[in-house]
Amino acid sequence: MINMKDFLKGSGFIQPIWVFVIVITIFFSFMSEYFLSIGNLSNILVQTSTIGLIALGMTYVMINGNIDLSVGAVLGLSASLSVGLQDYGITIAVIAALASGLVLGAINGLVVWKTGVNAFIVTLGAMIGVRGLIFVYTEEQSFYATNFAFSDFGTASIGPFPVLALIFLICTLVMHLVLKKTGHGRNTFAVGGNPEAALDAGIRIGRHMMINFIIVGFFAALAGVLLATQMGAATPNLGRDYELWTITAVVLGGTKLTGGYGSITGTLGGVLAIGILRNGMNLMQVPAFYVLVILGVILISVLIIDQRLNVHASKGVSI
Amino acid sequence: MSTAAMNRNTAHGASSSSPVLSLIDITKKFPGVVALNKVSFDVRAGEVHALLGENGAGKSTLMKVLAGKHQPNGGKIILAGEEKSFENPKQAKKSGIVLIHQEQSLVPEMSVAENIFLGSLPLKWGNRVDWKRLHADSTEILKRLKCTFSSRDMVSNLSIAKKQMVEIARALVFTPRIVVFDEPTASLTDHEKPVLYDIIRNLQEQGVGIVYISHRMDEIFHLSQRISVLRDGEYNGTLNTADTSEDEVTKLMIGRTLELDHASKPKEFGENMLELRGLSVDGVFEDVSFNVRKGEIVGMYGLVGAGRSEVAETIFGLRKPSSGEILLNGQVERLHSSHDAVAEGIALVPEDRKDQGLILGMNCRDNMTLAGLESVSRRGFMKTAAEKRVYDKYQQAMKIKTPSWRQKVGNLSGGNQQKIVIGKWLHTHPKLLILDEPTRGIDVGSKAEIHALIKELARSGYAVLVISSEMPEVLGVSNRIIAMYDGRVTAEFDGDAVSEDKLVQAITGQPVTAQSNTGSTSGHPAG
Repeated sequence: MINMKDFLKGSGFIQPIWVFVIVITIFFSFMSEYFLSIGNLSNILVQTSTIGLIALGMTYVMINGNIDLSVGAVLGLSASLSVGLQDYGITIAVIAALASGLVLGAINGLVVWKTGVNAFIVTLGAMIGVRGLIFVYTEEQSFYATNFAFSDFGTASIGPFPVLALIFLICTLVMHLVLKKTGHGRNTFAVGGNPEAALDAGIRIGRHMMINFIIVGFFAALAGVLLATQMGAATPNLGRDYELWTITAVVLGGTKLTGGYGSITGTLGGVLAIGILRNGMNLMQVPAFYVLVILGVILISVLIIDQRLNVHASKGVSI
Repeated sequence: MSTAAMNRNTAHGASSSSPVLSLIDITKKFPGVVALNKVSFDVRAGEVHALLGENGAGKSTLMKVLAGKHQPNGGKIILAGEEKSFENPKQAKKSGIVLIHQEQSLVPEMSVAENIFLGSLPLKWGNRVDWKRLHADSTEILKRLKCTFSSRDMVSNLSIAKKQMVEIARALVFTPRIVVFDEPTASLTDHEKPVLYDIIRNLQEQGVGIVYISHRMDEIFHLSQRISVLRDGEYNGTLNTADTSEDEVTKLMIGRTLELDHASKPKEFGENMLELRGLSVDGVFEDVSFNVRKGEIVGMYGLVGAGRSEVAETIFGLRKPSSGEILLNGQVERLHSSHDAVAEGIALVPEDRKDQGLILGMNCRDNMTLAGLESVSRRGFMKTAAEKRVYDKYQQAMKIKTPSWRQKVGNLSGGNQQKIVIGKWLHTHPKLLILDEPTRGIDVGSKAEIHALIKELARSGYAVLVISSEMPEVLGVSNRIIAMYDGRVTAEFDGDAVSEDKLVQAITGQPVTAQSNTGSTSGHPAG
């Protein structure tokens, strides 16, 4: 007989968040006929791809024991650059946008590494500062894409699959493999699990931290470019609160804020859970403000259940 | 003799009052380890009962059970004739059991008075703090303790000794029944100790039962009426202080006359692998010089705080030397990080395996390959099969007991955890292996296995430096012994011929009586 607690704890192969994803999928498919249609499902994937891409990088940073609050601002800057620089050609605009993410990520990582200041504080400062940069650059103006190839990309499909969704899924697969199969992935867990032991094992913890900040910076910038192609425009306030949605998705996926635990498959589940809930409640015509309330309650509930299961599993091991 | 019978004997033997506190057959298990196995212990009113045992014998665990921090898996706690079970420290405190901690548990940014009455601040008009009474009461308690500082001083500005006085003052707010002192003199100066002794006698007169944990024999014989000894989590007997001697107590503690197996030590040494020349780190240790040859085991003996671990960390690139040189294989090396050290073939098995040696949430295999990922990966990608082979090799070679490689190392026993840390380093094929307290908190069986392993490694050519504060360990494995005291090397001995009293002299700052044999300092084989 299957022990329900072990099952939920994910000691087998199924992560708790995926149980949740399946349950809400079944629930919404009964509530709305339209929910399970190909069109709606690919719609969910496109909608979640922005948060999803950032969440991939955020998972690395959080497993590593850090956090990056500046992703929303980096996304906003990258989106503005990718539209605003189109006079120099799309290629140059996109490259500049992605480079901004790499550079900002590198700066975040370097400061955390070299000063030892908590990543929460460093990236909180970066979040405020980078948002300021956006306003300096855009002078509070929204930019509109003049090149139709750019905005067509955001709505393009290969067969039945939207390009944005495909990009997200391919990135997810790559990030999953890198985390599971490479030395960098292994060391990311080690540094987050016990920095001192990692240092004692001769692991260059600063370098791994910096690489992970660069990765999340890149994904935030990529998400910014893709979001701009979707909208055909960039506004200076784009990406506000995205850091919170990203962290929510990653935490729902089972990654621990304290570092050392987490997975890309869990994060994918967390991203989908948020996307499905929003989409499903939308279809059920739940007013938008209630959707936020419900999402908040669900986040806390899932974490309480997770904590209870973990406490139960480690009972008797105090300290 | 059974534990219960022994208790009865001593209770009848001494004609003093019946115990105010009895711990009966307390058992406490942690995953993979039995920390306490049916331990019994009692304290009478007005008595100082010393609790002794080597590191890891279970003293602290027993006291944590008493104070409600750990819940026992079996056994009874009887306080003043009533059976108690403490779910948390608060309940124990309410029943009059007070633990004076080794580690401080004060709020630094509050005044002395606030700390003393933390959680029970005197109030007036319902909910306002009665500052006048708070300071008056605090001052009175401080006076009883003959403290020289004011109740208005900020705790963060006090010296460690004074902070400890505040801890004791806290215990006096309520009338305690049992006060546990855990190594109370560790941070006190000689000048401050008599004050503590007075306080303890004062508590005794008030009928409080005192549990006194210490390693220092002179204090124990000075203060206590009875001495109980724990060894490897088991109760090992109680003695009346007046009828016993330090020798007898030591024997109970160690439980063995030292049988040293010098024959199994390595005999053939090669060139100098490591040489330190006048190595210093400002304010930590000074002018440390010694060498370790290939195939040789050098022991580094000293008390905690003598600077031994810091020397090891400096060799390993974790600290920057302020002067002096480190030579590896005869060449001066400047290591800027642990990464450099590993690349140069140095391995450090750290003092605290849980905090520094292992990633507890990771499985056995991943911990094993942690320091040598390059050899089990190609172009950054892990070769799973190769990793498994590495794990299997060391798991079998060292007889690591674990259900599977997927087991989280946090769930293993101390001995098996330590073997994983050692395996992790063997996999990097180091030339110099430094082991800091390699068998701390490990059961006797695994201890012997690890000692045998260390000797075997040296015989196969590793240069080994073993840091330890356990004399049997240092004597049992070392070819040469470096004694450290207060950040300096005080003596160097031949590991086969040194006497125990000379070692003790060297690590406690006493002049060492003449001894002819010191180890050689050059590369001539001595065996």
